[in-house]
Amino acid sequence: MSGNAALGEAAVLAGCTCYFGYPITPQNELTEHMAKRVPETGGVFIQSESEIAAINMVLGASVAGARAMTSSSSPGISLKQEGISYLAADELPAVIVNMVRGGPGMGNISPAQSDYLQATRGGGHGDYKTIVLAPASVQELADLVPVAFDLADEYRNPVIILGDGMLGQMMEPVSFDNIKPKKDYPKDYILTGAKGRPSRMIRSLLFDTKEEEEHNWKLFRKYQRMEQNEVRYETFLIDDAEMIIIAYGIAARIARGAIKRLRQENLKVGMIRPITVWPFPMKVIQEAAQQVSDFFVFEMSTGQLIEDVKLALNGKGHIHFYGRPGGVIPTPLELSRIVSRHCYLAQRRKK
Amino acid sequence: MKQIYARPKSLKEAHFHYCPGCGHGIINRLIAEVVDEMGLRDTVICVAPAGCGMLLYNYFDIDTLESAHGRGAAVATGIKRVRPENLVFSYQGDGDLAAIGTAEGFHAANRGEPITVIFVNNGVYGMTGGQMAPTTLHKQVTTTTPLGRDSNLAGHPVKICEVFALLDGTSYLERVAVNKPSAIIKAKKAIARAFQHQLKRTGFSLVEILSPCPTNWKMSSVESCKWIDDVMSKQFPLGIIKEVTC
Repeated sequence: MSGNAALGEAAVLAGCTCYFGYPITPQNELTEHMAKRVPETGGVFIQSESEIAAINMVLGASVAGARAMTSSSSPGISLKQEGISYLAADELPAVIVNMVRGGPGMGNISPAQSDYLQATRGGGHGDYKTIVLAPASVQELADLVPVAFDLADEYRNPVIILGDGMLGQMMEPVSFDNIKPKKDYPKDYILTGAKGRPSRMIRSLLFDTKEEEEHNWKLFRKYQRMEQNEVRYETFLIDDAEMIIIAYGIAARIARGAIKRLRQENLKVGMIRPITVWPFPMKVIQEAAQQVSDFFVFEMSTGQLIEDVKLALNGKGHIHFYGRPGGVIPTPLELSRIVSRHCYLAQRRKK
Repeated sequence: MKQIYARPKSLKEAHFHYCPGCGHGIINRLIAEVVDEMGLRDTVICVAPAGCGMLLYNYFDIDTLESAHGRGAAVATGIKRVRPENLVFSYQGDGDLAAIGTAEGFHAANRGEPITVIFVNNGVYGMTGGQMAPTTLHKQVTTTTPLGRDSNLAGHPVKICEVFALLDGTSYLERVAVNKPSAIIKAKKAIARAFQHQLKRTGFSLVEILSPCPTNWKMSSVESCKWIDDVMSKQFPLGIIKEVTC
């Protein structure tokens, strides 16, 4: 099954009853899957007139109490940022999928990781954050969908699944056994008509600066709770590592292949793979820095993840970087050659 | 003693603080009266706009969500698709519906979404200080058309009802005004009629309301009301623009 279709099927099984989207390559298989599957389950599918309309339909469906999702790719996500900011401000759950392509501007339809900073820094206007999940295989893509919906409901906040064109379009076997029925979250905020209770008002306009400030502090405390409780990552061969690659998503998949080659050359290289790129797994990197002084950041951009690694290391250790932007997919062999060169240079420096 | 006039239940115990002579207060009240009289308070969901109209959250005692500028029809679509049993209306100004949100309004109308748009047309951007709107009349002076709107440079006043009438998804489109008692009575009937269309799911319904903005028109309240009759309604003729069998 393609990653896009697997994601869509996982969403349906996780109780997503509303999908709104606008076609853009390389994520169309997802929209097409939802066009067929969501109505079959009695849910709502609309091919909207724009990405902006789609995210605002998500907002409406979410405030009405549904599990709602939209998906797009880089230029389309830029258009959705208005709505994502409103979802965060209104404290409404939603899942937004970004199958990143080469950019900026129209760019191309090849896989890239150039939307990292947009995804992890809020992306739209205002002081807000979204949990960002970055799967590295089709199976993980499917497994993280129910997690995304649960986190969205738990925190009443938009959650982003950050993939890329390769992950979306590659075909792999996938099992949906890990998808549990959705939990019951309190829906004491949704709009149903004010029958038998006081009327509700969901708004982000707070004219009173004190009220706006308090609202922003409240959201900030929520983001702090996410940072404490929702960090996810995977480590690969770091116990004896002398150099650690930090990579996420499809780049981590490539890095894994590279590390296997490097290990054959007796180069002790391991990997820390953030699964949540926000909140970022700072602690595991800081812990690793007690033993390892060389960190190698690998991503399919000109270097965005590197900022978070720098923040985590806070001046400790050496950071090396290799990136390929524009939709170019490096091979494990290519990466292993670059890393081995850095390993030898690092060893020479130590001597 | 029989009470013949009271505050609608769908309005909070609050004083309108719109500008003197503004039509929003009248329109808010008309909607609240219709909601009460049709027994819809328990099921109605309002989508508020950006601009002066968003102040309605101070007054309506009904479930309300505030949407981004122009996105009301898309948000209302999302709500209505999840809750078809609820009455869902968006409240939008002329900049909102006829400029930044043209696509959302147009396509919701074209899909025949059974929602109602209350479209308040005062020909200017009120809250931001009286700039030109898509519905600003030819030669009308605003802060961004200081010499009067020049159609060669700034285009022509947009007639939303007439444009939407061409779409197969629209079921009821009427243009009314709130500048005098007889017009206000008609406006109230139009709102009720639009809601009936929604309840019968005949399609998309919209009531365009010509509304005075004395502050930005730089006129007195009386002059503003007269101007709607003498000038504005010549460009935007009142009446039912389209109604399919309900």
